[in-house]
Amino acid sequence: MAEINLSRIVKKYGDGFPAVNDVSLRIADGEFVILVGPSGSGKSTLLRMIVGLEDITDGELTIDGERANEKAPRDRGLAMVFQNYALYPHMTVFENIAFPLRLAKDLGEEEIRRKVEQAASMLELGEHLERKPANLSGGQRQRVAMGRAIVRDAKAFLFDEPLSNLDAKLRGQMRTEIARMQRRLGTTTVYVTHDQTEAMTLGDKVAVLKRGELQQYASPQELYDEPINLFVAGFIGSPPMNFIPVRNQDGVLHSPFGPIPVTARDEAALAEAPELLIAGIRPEAFEDAALLDDATRQDRAVISATVDVTEWLGNEVYAYLPFEADAEVSQALAELDRDLDGESLRTQVVAALDSRTRIGAGDAVDLAFVPESVKLFDPRTGRNLSRDDENAARIAERSEAARQQALERAREQHSGAA
Amino acid sequence: MDTGKLTTGRKILWAVVSVLVAVYALFPVVWIISLSLKSPSDVGNQQFWPTAVSWENYELIFTGQASELFVPALINSIGICLIATAIAVVLATLTAYAVSRLDFPGKKFILTMALGVSIFPVISIVTPLFNLWSRIGLYDTWLGLIIPYLSLTLPISIWTLAAFFRQIPWELEQAAQVDGATSWQAFRKVIVPLASPGVFTTAIIAFFIAWNDFLYGISLTSTSAARPVPAALSFFTGASQFEEPAGAIAAAAIVVTIPVVVLVLLFQRQIVAGLTSGAVKG
Repeated sequence: MAEINLSRIVKKYGDGFPAVNDVSLRIADGEFVILVGPSGSGKSTLLRMIVGLEDITDGELTIDGERANEKAPRDRGLAMVFQNYALYPHMTVFENIAFPLRLAKDLGEEEIRRKVEQAASMLELGEHLERKPANLSGGQRQRVAMGRAIVRDAKAFLFDEPLSNLDAKLRGQMRTEIARMQRRLGTTTVYVTHDQTEAMTLGDKVAVLKRGELQQYASPQELYDEPINLFVAGFIGSPPMNFIPVRNQDGVLHSPFGPIPVTARDEAALAEAPELLIAGIRPEAFEDAALLDDATRQDRAVISATVDVTEWLGNEVYAYLPFEADAEVSQALAELDRDLDGESLRTQVVAALDSRTRIGAGDAVDLAFVPESVKLFDPRTGRNLSRDDENAARIAERSEAARQQALERAREQHSGAA
Repeated sequence: MDTGKLTTGRKILWAVVSVLVAVYALFPVVWIISLSLKSPSDVGNQQFWPTAVSWENYELIFTGQASELFVPALINSIGICLIATAIAVVLATLTAYAVSRLDFPGKKFILTMALGVSIFPVISIVTPLFNLWSRIGLYDTWLGLIIPYLSLTLPISIWTLAAFFRQIPWELEQAAQVDGATSWQAFRKVIVPLASPGVFTTAIIAFFIAWNDFLYGISLTSTSAARPVPAALSFFTGASQFEEPAGAIAAAAIVVTIPVVVLVLLFQRQIVAGLTSGAVKG
């Protein structure tokens, strides 16, 4: 159990380029924190600095209040699961899991056996203990790697993209397994991933990184509802948030799909904002106006467009609506796409609609949405002009309370079982 | 590459090529065996096989008049080569590990120097070495041969082992360190077991190189105190000056081949590739 504190951490390589720049994070005891970002965002470097496999160029890392910058990995008391598992191929599963215990030297053979078997049964590896890693499936190897981490009483678990080598189905199962294990053990966990779904589902808190800089450090819900900038908004959510160029004239936002009203929330923020803005709307905020009753429709803003392609997924339908963007904005959008590891093929809006909708390719459609679901961004700085700090604080408070409660419950169950 | 099943035509082609290569490689060996089994009067029988199998030559080199030349030489060879191999492998393991894992100034230089030394012609340094050795008293001693043998075996050992170490995923070592191992423990408990096939392969190669040396052996020794077998063979003489010692030389050649064959057979199991499979995904 430990609290990990990163304060103004910098990592510079030989060429002076900062791979991680001025990152400060406070990871509370028992918290599950995700480091997420596209490739090259420095998330793995940051994790490796915490565990001690990379030197820290500047800043301070403390574990349980003790400065750890200069400590060797073995003295930090952390356990890590590597992306490619890094199992010892010449040892059996049992010996792999027992390895950290044997190094500790203060345990008897009896005690080691008991601990390994306990960890193995938790990960359902009991019948594989005498096998060699070469004879195991990907998922089993992954579990052995986790067993090696949980077998000793590490202060914290560190995961470096542990699921990226598994196929989609197994990844989903292991994700739940990791979440369950963390809740049960209540151990501080830092988890690196590039997959926003993993970040959203696993984390108590998520740190979004871009090119070595921390963008936002908040609960998944806050990232989703109150992103701090264009990058976070575009990174979190699947399919990603739609970005539409709008011109703010006479209290109305003129978009390629027609006018969008300015909400009372945004009026103040827009006073000093430039005329040209980027409006962000999540695909799931759209509804097919034809399916709404008149009363509901009254409260909604509506835009009209022609559907280019539809994708039917069973529970919902994705409708794609292309548009022409201003040169000025399209440059900002293209840059954002590059940051997000994407390729800007065309500017389009994706709407995730209820599967009852009857629209098809080529149809003209009215899309309704709650005006407050539109976030406005400054195209030059990327800042979210519509961010509601009070709401963000409320969300943070609520998610922290939920986390404490879950931990409490896990402790009760643990002591009840023991 | 065509990874599918071989066609019959291709199979036959490969079989023919394999047989040709095997015959080409083994014919001299068989010839030497046959020669070693001919009695001195039978050597000129103008036939490939001996008229009657005779162990006379073997008796000659082990218990007969050639034995004072051959038996000490065999002991010298085995001792010197084993010591040179052991030192080379230990030093090369540490060097290769450093070269493949650590970043330090002069890393390229070490590898290039090792390569340079190994391609340097032996004949060009043997004379100065002779002078130096006689001056400092290393001439005609075991150590006087072990040191030049190291110059032959170390470079190739470093290169082979560095290649092996590079194949071992670095994550394994990092995992060991995170698991609580010191650098030395990580090296001993994780890296060395995984590198053992490489170490064995290297040891065998190094042993062969030292075992086969003739030039140092003949130039830096004068008595049976340190003279190795390849050099001793050249001192074999027949029963009289009119008799060629071909049979005895052939028998000695067979005897010195045996340790090499035995070594390879013994360590064949250790030289298995793919021991690291299962360490990481892929």
